[in-house]
Amino acid sequence: MNKNIKDPYQKLKGWKDIPIGGIIEDAGNTRYYNTGDWRTFFPVRDTKKCTNCLICWIYCPEGCIKVKNGKLTGIDMDKCKGCGICAEVCPVKCIQMKKEEAK
Amino acid sequence: MKRKAVALSGAGASAEAMKQINPDVVAAYPITPQTLIMDTFCEFVADGDVDTEMILAESEHSAMSACVGSSAAGARTMTATAANGLALMWEIVYIAASDRLPIVMNVVNRALSGPINIHCDHSDSMGCRDAGWIQLFSENAQEAYDNTIMAVKIAENKNVLLPVMVCQDGFITSHAVERADILDKKTVQKFIVPFNGGHHPLLNIDKPVTSGPLDFFDYYFEHKRQQIEAMENAKAVIPQVFKEYSKLTGENYDFFEGYRLEDADVAIVVLNSSAGTAKYVVNELREQGRNVGVLKIRVFRPFMQNKIVDMLKHVKALAVLDRSASFGGFGGPVFNEVRSSFHEVYDQKPAIINYIYGLGGRELSVEMIKQVFNELESVKEGKLGERVRYLGVR
Amino acid sequence: MSGEVFEIRWHGRGGQGAKTASELLVKAAIEKGKYIQSLPEFGAERQGAPMQAYSRISSTPILIHTAITHPDMVVVVDETLLKSIPVCEGLSDKGLLLVNSNRSNETIKKDTGCKGHVFTIDATQIAIDEIGKPIPNAPMLGAVARITKLVELDVLKERFKEEFIAKVGEQIANNNLKAIERAYKEVKG
Repeated sequence: MNKNIKDPYQKLKGWKDIPIGGIIEDAGNTRYYNTGDWRTFFPVRDTKKCTNCLICWIYCPEGCIKVKNGKLTGIDMDKCKGCGICAEVCPVKCIQMKKEEAK
Repeated sequence: MKRKAVALSGAGASAEAMKQINPDVVAAYPITPQTLIMDTFCEFVADGDVDTEMILAESEHSAMSACVGSSAAGARTMTATAANGLALMWEIVYIAASDRLPIVMNVVNRALSGPINIHCDHSDSMGCRDAGWIQLFSENAQEAYDNTIMAVKIAENKNVLLPVMVCQDGFITSHAVERADILDKKTVQKFIVPFNGGHHPLLNIDKPVTSGPLDFFDYYFEHKRQQIEAMENAKAVIPQVFKEYSKLTGENYDFFEGYRLEDADVAIVVLNSSAGTAKYVVNELREQGRNVGVLKIRVFRPFMQNKIVDMLKHVKALAVLDRSASFGGFGGPVFNEVRSSFHEVYDQKPAIINYIYGLGGRELSVEMIKQVFNELESVKEGKLGERVRYLGVR
Repeated sequence: MSGEVFEIRWHGRGGQGAKTASELLVKAAIEKGKYIQSLPEFGAERQGAPMQAYSRISSTPILIHTAITHPDMVVVVDETLLKSIPVCEGLSDKGLLLVNSNRSNETIKKDTGCKGHVFTIDATQIAIDEIGKPIPNAPMLGAVARITKLVELDVLKERFKEEFIAKVGEQIANNNLKAIERAYKEVKG
């Protein structure tokens, strides 16, 4: 179990204590899953070269590209899986994929 | 309450019930012999007699998928199918039950292919008896009408929240015009009450949920246990609905109907239209002084094993008629339910044999039923003989 | 079958309206507070294939759901069926046979070997005269109403009009009603 997952599902419940029909009442609870734990490569963005075209934001399959007021503010490293699509689609090639250091 | 006597086909009776129920959404795909229901209902939609959003899906799989989406959103949803249409939507049928969606579906019993056969047998609804749907069976147009209306109330009960299939015999009931005494729309609307949206309507944006997600081995079993519990709850809810509906019609309804059964020596257990023919034969044989009776099953799922034991305990020899085969099993599905119900009854119970009949629309004639009652006489004497027999096959 | 149930077996070919006639008859009978049943039985489902329809009209609820083996009346909508289908099977000498034909009742009785009472009506001709098409089911209904007295002519006509006016329009519906009336008057037997 991922140590970052918040509590509600940590202790297993009985059939009388869970909603019926397989419903997940905490909608969008995938936000508790940090999918960035197992990546091999991670993106590094050259902020000076970046033109804020937001093409990487459109293509990122995990929604990791953080944007505020039309400008990139960063990349969510808890969720980023290191797929490299952002680096691939960037028109000015300001994103480089670097290998993760062993922790 | 005053009812109106009208001449309706079984399909017409179901469509009339649907008209009075006025569901929010119907998603369907045609297949003989169900098409008559949807054709008739689509006329109501076109004429503006209902407010239903009618979805003409591209297949039964899509139709049931649309129904699942609609019901999960919180809309009162209905549909109809038969045979291979039901088979095509099979995976979604299970999902409708596990998502706990109170969809009501008319299943016009028709033989599953192959070979291709458009006529009546029960292989379709028996084939998905484990899907988690409540199953009601109808002897004639009157019952198709009554069952469809009661199904809505049973399905939507907050302790049940399971989909319900209302079955009737293809062609024999669906395309036969009979007399049905129907209520008016106002009465039906009052009876079924407005739909509360189910357990977690997706359209409730104040309480967003995820519906139909993934389970691992850590929670799947618990969700299934809940479904089993819901079926158990249905055993208490169904009689309540029967009682309420009988206040409107003055008739009695129950899981099983005993016909001249109380003092019967030998009896037949049977479903749908064949029950009518069996009653007709019972009347004839009773005039000849024979103590014969019929037990008709109206509710097959959930199966009330204690009740059926109570009603049949005193009978000396019993023939269970199955209009479907369970290949590789010991006899047909109804035979197995009835027989197993008697397993722990030691003091007094009937000798039970099985007859497979009517596959692919082969008619169950008056002579065949008489043959069953005659053969039961030997069974009554202790000569059990073949446990699984066949009626009308060459 | 005797007693409170009257059973009619219709013989026709797919597309001639025998099923519809059977249904209309029982729908009209419901006005008298009767219990009713109309069952179609098809062989190959195509136009022209021989088929049967069964009508039951009863003063008590109808339990049986099978084909009619001992009809009180047999109605033959298409004369050509007499050659290939044993239309009189199960008909007793107290039974009634109605055939759509311009031949004499005696000829039909001899041809079919029918034991019961034979009626004829040239429904095809009446249909051609009044409706312009050889669809004989409406006039056959008129003849059945006259012979059996199971339904009133007015009720039958009203039911017919109700069922068909949307489908065929006022003119054709009225032509059918004329055909029903004529057959009611002209049936021989």
